[in-house]
Amino acid sequence: MNETVEAAALESEIHRDANLDVLISGIPYVRFLGMRFERKGDELTSVLPFRGILLGNPDPPALHGGAIAAFLEVTALVELSWRRICDGGDEAMVEENLRKNPKTIALTADYLRPGYPRAAYARAHIVRSGRRYATVRVEAWQEKRSRNFAQATGHFLMPA
Amino acid sequence: MRETRSHERADRRNERAASQAKGLDSKLNRARQFFETIPLCREMQMRIDDINEGFAVVSLPYDERLIGDPESGVLHGGAVSTLLDTCAGAAVVSHPLVPDVAATLDLRIEYMRSAAPGERIRATAECYNVTRTIAFVRATANDESGARPVAEATGIFALVERKTNNA
Repeated sequence: MNETVEAAALESEIHRDANLDVLISGIPYVRFLGMRFERKGDELTSVLPFRGILLGNPDPPALHGGAIAAFLEVTALVELSWRRICDGGDEAMVEENLRKNPKTIALTADYLRPGYPRAAYARAHIVRSGRRYATVRVEAWQEKRSRNFAQATGHFLMPA
Repeated sequence: MRETRSHERADRRNERAASQAKGLDSKLNRARQFFETIPLCREMQMRIDDINEGFAVVSLPYDERLIGDPESGVLHGGAVSTLLDTCAGAAVVSHPLVPDVAATLDLRIEYMRSAAPGERIRATAECYNVTRTIAFVRATANDESGARPVAEATGIFALVERKTNNA
């Protein structure tokens, strides 16, 4: 009895990780930035490990503003797609959602502190999600969770 | 006697103008040189096509590593954001009233349409207002085919006085 329950729990985890992997591995730009996603249940945290190519200023070293904007935008887009998959219901709908991606209409990024040559983390919060449009807020931090170094609000067009 | 003085004055004026022009030239050269050292811009093979007082044109070649939608081959919005941020920053640091270093404080990007796959994207930026501490800038990105822009951006940059100990 216990064994079947454990097997089902494991299978559910594997299934979710596989969906997440399909979603992310399909986007070359995510690989270019070197972004990873960590999943706890349906909660995602995006990780941007530090690499030299992400610098916008070599001395003193600071992350490029464009790389930070891109990191925030990718985090928001993946959250929207991921949410659709999690709430997607049957397999066919999940398949459908894995192929169709939301599009960014506008994104406003606030740079609160310099981006240090350290790993960055971000979490997106869907403020409103309608049939056609969605609004997402993203917060990013580095060594201290309580000190966000960047945040963004974006409006997105949902796939039909 | 009086004539000589006016000649001297004119000479001094010319010298001053020349040295100012030289100062600006070396400032633009410094901006170009600094640009060449930015790791992310090098990695993405961005190029400064033009830079002048408060004005810059920077372009990005099509690169498969930057694709956001594999089905269409369209570049990711984040790559366009990086181009716009870079171009805006270049326009800011080339402004005569701006010190050499500027950091992005606020960047808003509007995406109008997908950039055509395979085409170079060119951004144009103008720094239209500068205070002692802040610079305001507008930027537009377009591909080779379009009359309608791919994306537009408005940015606010914080101006930082470079420390003089390594100058």
